[in-house]
Amino acid sequence: MTNRDAILHVRGESRYVDDRLTPEDTLFGAVVTSDVACGTIRSVDTSPAESREGVVCVLTAGDPPGENQIGNIIRDEPLFADSEVHYIGQPIALVVARDAATARSVARGVKVEIDPGTPLLDPREAHAQGSLIAPPRTFALGDIEAAWDRCKWIVEGRVESGGQEHVYLETQGTVAWPAEDGKVVVQSATQSPSVVQCIVARMLGMPMQRVEVDVLRLGGAFGGKEDQATAWAAMAALAAWKTGKAVKVVLRRREDMRSTGKRHPYSSDFRIGLGKDLDILAYDVTFYQNAGAAADLSTSILERTLFHATNSYNIPNVRATAVSCRTNLPPNTAFRGFGAPQAMFVMECAVRKAAAAAGAEAEWVQRKNLLSVGDEFPYGMRCSSPNARRSWEMLEDQPETAVMREAVSVFNAEHALRKKGLAFMPVCFGVSFTTTFLNQAGALVHVYSDGSVGVSTAAVEMGQGVNTKIRQAAARTFSIGLDRVRVETTNTARVANTSPTAASSAADLNGNATRLACEAILQRLVRSAADLLGSEAPDDISLLDETVQASGQATDLKWEALVQHTYRNRISLSAQAHYATPRIHFDKAVEKGEPFSYHVAGTAVTEVTLDCLRGTYEVDAVRVVHDLGRSINPMIDLGQMEGGLVQGIGWVTLEELLYDDEGRLLTDSMSTYKIPDMNFAPGEIQAEFIQDAQYEGGAFGSKAIGEPPFMYGIGTFFALVEAMRAFRPDLPDQHILPLTPERVLMELVADLSS
Amino acid sequence: MIEFLLNGKVIRSEASPGEVVLDVVRRDVGLKGTKEGCREGDCGACMVLLGTPGERGVEYYAINSCLLPVGTVAGKHVVSIEGLNGPGLTPVQQAIVDEGATQCGFCTPGFVIALTGFLLGDMPLDPDSGYTAVSGNMCRCTGYLSIRRVVKKLCAAFAGTGNSPAARLEAMISSGVVPAYFETVPRLLAGMSGETPVCGVAGPPGDALPRQELDAGSSPPPEMDDTGGQADPGNAILIAGGTDLIVQRPEEVSEARLVLLERREDLRGIRIEAKDCWIGAATPVEEITRSEMLQELFPGTDPHIELISSVAIRHRATVGGNLVNASPIGDMAILLLALNVDVILCAGEQRRSVPLKEFFTGYKQLNREPDELVEAVRFKRPSGGSLFNFEKVSRRKHLDIASVNSAMMITVEHDVVRDVHMSAGGVAPIPFYLASAAESLRGQTLSAESIRRAADEACSAIAPISDVRGSGEYKRVLLGRLVRAHFIELFPGRFGEELLS
Ligand SMILES: Cc1cc2nc3c(=O)[nH]c(=O)nc-3n(C[C@H](O)[C@H](O)[C@H](O)COP(=O)(O)OP(=O)(O)OC[C@H]3O[C@@H](n4cnc5c(N)ncnc54)[C@H](O)[C@@H]3O)c2cc1C
Ligand code: FES
Ligand code: FES
Repeated sequence: MTNRDAILHVRGESRYVDDRLTPEDTLFGAVVTSDVACGTIRSVDTSPAESREGVVCVLTAGDPPGENQIGNIIRDEPLFADSEVHYIGQPIALVVARDAATARSVARGVKVEIDPGTPLLDPREAHAQGSLIAPPRTFALGDIEAAWDRCKWIVEGRVESGGQEHVYLETQGTVAWPAEDGKVVVQSATQSPSVVQCIVARMLGMPMQRVEVDVLRLGGAFGGKEDQATAWAAMAALAAWKTGKAVKVVLRRREDMRSTGKRHPYSSDFRIGLGKDLDILAYDVTFYQNAGAAADLSTSILERTLFHATNSYNIPNVRATAVSCRTNLPPNTAFRGFGAPQAMFVMECAVRKAAAAAGAEAEWVQRKNLLSVGDEFPYGMRCSSPNARRSWEMLEDQPETAVMREAVSVFNAEHALRKKGLAFMPVCFGVSFTTTFLNQAGALVHVYSDGSVGVSTAAVEMGQGVNTKIRQAAARTFSIGLDRVRVETTNTARVANTSPTAASSAADLNGNATRLACEAILQRLVRSAADLLGSEAPDDISLLDETVQASGQATDLKWEALVQHTYRNRISLSAQAHYATPRIHFDKAVEKGEPFSYHVAGTAVTEVTLDCLRGTYEVDAVRVVHDLGRSINPMIDLGQMEGGLVQGIGWVTLEELLYDDEGRLLTDSMSTYKIPDMNFAPGEIQAEFIQDAQYEGGAFGSKAIGEPPFMYGIGTFFALVEAMRAFRPDLPDQHILPLTPERVLMELVADLSS
Repeated sequence: MIEFLLNGKVIRSEASPGEVVLDVVRRDVGLKGTKEGCREGDCGACMVLLGTPGERGVEYYAINSCLLPVGTVAGKHVVSIEGLNGPGLTPVQQAIVDEGATQCGFCTPGFVIALTGFLLGDMPLDPDSGYTAVSGNMCRCTGYLSIRRVVKKLCAAFAGTGNSPAARLEAMISSGVVPAYFETVPRLLAGMSGETPVCGVAGPPGDALPRQELDAGSSPPPEMDDTGGQADPGNAILIAGGTDLIVQRPEEVSEARLVLLERREDLRGIRIEAKDCWIGAATPVEEITRSEMLQELFPGTDPHIELISSVAIRHRATVGGNLVNASPIGDMAILLLALNVDVILCAGEQRRSVPLKEFFTGYKQLNREPDELVEAVRFKRPSGGSLFNFEKVSRRKHLDIASVNSAMMITVEHDVVRDVHMSAGGVAPIPFYLASAAESLRGQTLSAESIRRAADEACSAIAPISDVRGSGEYKRVLLGRLVRAHFIELFPGRFGEELLS
């Protein structure tokens, strides 16, 4: 099967924003940003810059004819800082010049005077000072206060998880140009074309029909271009509108890393209680989310944290509280997992600490408490899948698991300075946008008179293979060759009101919308074929392998001829369809409902080797059993599994964001912020997919795969802790990630007497 | 004007010689397949093949075009992804498609280039070498497992191909890894001027390395013409591999006149004589890694040198650049300190030699005059009994700057330490010679106790600061561990966990 994108990629022929053809006289915008994390702007002197050779204009907060505002969920984020700055890297002005080098060098010279204040960097401190994005929310199940009395073991602790930079290899960027009649066309590297459209329109003070957003593909996104692509798009659009020329804004890596938000760091408190049979009876958790300086998607992310507070476990008494804290960091944002990894990490820390207190193996307590069909989640939905438990058992039963365990204990007995560790990590992830209204998608399908097919949907291709899955959906529905189908750019003039490509749901939603549109055309084609064949009963007519079948028998009528005939009979060969996920609902007033179309569940086991002399480590192997439904493209799904997992491993190990006391990001380049490389990737990843389950929610019975694998990476953290403990049995609890080589070594040598 | 071959076409570029090939290819020529991901050599999205004509034909290796001044490619062959494309897919491209080793695709042209360079190069075609070949390529999407499968597939497909550049080139043309026009490249290059205007070539391509009898002032007057007769020495920048310079001062380099040390053949190479060994200052680190002579002297060091940057960077990065850049954490500086080398400096007619341990005088301060060129380093040929070890711990093992690195050369006779030199990086404002630790060991019987004492001595001699590479306290602890690691590595089976007590 040909994956068109892959062929373009290997030939270097795929076009990203910075590669797309633009007019000769395209201007370039360079952003002037704040060097202070918090303060009052005294003056922005743009006049020297404006008089420089090659500079066309300098735009600031006063320039948008509409609102100088890009906040989506909450309107709390100016496009250009106006009177105050709230983080280092916050845009203050845009220098528009004839070429990029001029724009950048002039932007560096723009004088901004700011009276600095004291930055707030810690979420708990922000909470204490009442600096919140939104009021705290609590999910509750059972009677937690009463439950403590029944617990035999109760432990509590504090957990810290660090942020994570997306490092999409393509940095943020947009090209915009004016079209006639006041319209602006925006080619943006965004996961959310309609959000960009809406905000640009609001900013320019015009209706959305005057803004056309077009997205060809993204060079990686992972959530980092869901809301954070908007600012650059709005700047380019404003500049295009002002100058009448095409304007490009493309960030360099360092500019991108300094100015854009990341995965939210969390600081959390937990209290967990086990009954005498090692059942988890009660779990109380509070999450302090470091949201940064503006809301961005923080409230939605925090909501997903609450949904996944108990991960794969059945806990009858739960109280989960979440607080989104406003600080002076760039607005933190979506990143694969969307708040769930942070929640699951706390849950795992709690389970393991409780197991230790009870003198039980962590695995025993984990396994004992896994979800079964019918168990209730804290948000009222009931578990409908047996796969949390089943995946664990399948993994446990694989012969390799026993071999792995044996190898670890032999190795540890034989080596004094090197130790291996092993850990199980269950994951249960709900699929659907938790903001219910977003669970919709549109598709526009054209069958051209030569039999070729063009499909437009709301989905953005960013490497996750959604375009290939959509082509498959169209080709399957029509029963025609894949090569007949082309997926067009994502364009707001063709498909309107698009939900972001996010929440692992793009293939589900847009695959279904595509199927519906194709079915509508297919019905017309079938009637047309019946007409041509002189058949009375269209029900007998179907298409198989590009051939019309009558009563199950192939006829001489082929796809192309059928299409021609239909066209000549003035029957529409185009259809638009809309898909909305059925059933789901959620009531925020009581924090109960059925927010997810379905859950995916699975279990991973991770083996690591630790060099206890140097504090360095390797991930030897990760083996996963994962619920996939009926995969429509196993190669793409395997790629998501491997890629997501390695990103997750990066989050818990090497990837560390360091800031100074002023709120300045110190790890602002790929030379200081280290993502996994090939050498660091696990020696082996083995994935077994549970494919037999029946699901209505996904496209053609498949299940979402984008985010869940990320969280298997958390297993690496605990495998490392096990290895550390093998070297140092008195090792205290480890509740801070990332577990960098530095942290490992310092924990191995820490003096516990003090 | 700079003339070079880009894919199958002669380019005459008006760009300033310090502008990087990435910009010339994307902005001026308009080929967009080469991607920009970081502009500092850390992602590999910008890789191109660089073909240099030489005695063995045109030799190719993959290189980061974001750090490659266009002035250095005059007379050479630059191959971007577009230059590999034919009507169908090449075997490298096909393997990536078949294994699903591309997702968003942004990194993919870089991987295609790096793997093609691997097949064209002279490394053995085994998976480990293949993994090394892509050690400078980051992919945020795939998790790399599929890329490993590609490497294995290619190694299996091309097993048995010879290792000489000519044999490789022939095999790769006939199997379609590179297009047929590669055959005509030597001819096209021969007709091309390798001149780079406004760039000086520091001195004439001359005699080999400095002579053995070389001593301060006693050498024949070197014909040093800093300017190549054209540059205004006032604002000319001396550039070797450029892997520090272009990362640190890209704008300046892009506008400056350059003095290209890589044109000084006499500064390049390794020479081992009866008593002394020489490494030319402009020798790329990769050449040191591959040097059979050095491997004979220091068996087992090559896996450690693999920890220095990536293979693509090592093709450019030079010894002299590492020393003059004077980063307190420079790997070559640390290696060479433990070899107790002398630095040979030369300005005009003056030559002098300075022990490396006296070369670094303060943070980024050198015992070197602004007009002095580092010509070479020289060290005593180690006696048969000397053992050498290099340790480097960084956050990520490969393609990362050390938190702490350390090297040690030791000679032990009848269990007594006859001689020892030790160094450590990341623990002081300069690459640090651990004089007192070495002193504490000299003449001592080798024992767990004497090793522990030396490690403690090392830790008390340093004053590490906290930065992105680690806290000061961590670096102190880590150095103590690395000093112990030297002995655990060099005397396997003899020392172990008792060193930690
Ligand atoms: C991605 C990446 C990874 C890296 N990883 C590592 C690593 O793991 N370990 C490490 O140690 N370094 C690393 N480096 C830094 C760099 O590669 C090395 O320091 C390298 O040895 C510098 O050599 P160069 O020839 O490129 O120096 P250049 O950048 O050409 O020059 C550096 C300075 O030295 C001067 N200079 C150069 N040669 C001479 C000479 N002969 N005489 C007088 N002055 C001279 C130049 O004028 C300049 O001021 C890395 C760099 C990059 C980009
Ligand atoms: S752009 Fe990243 S290595 Fe050149
Ligand atoms: S495929 Fe996206 S970075 Fe490699």
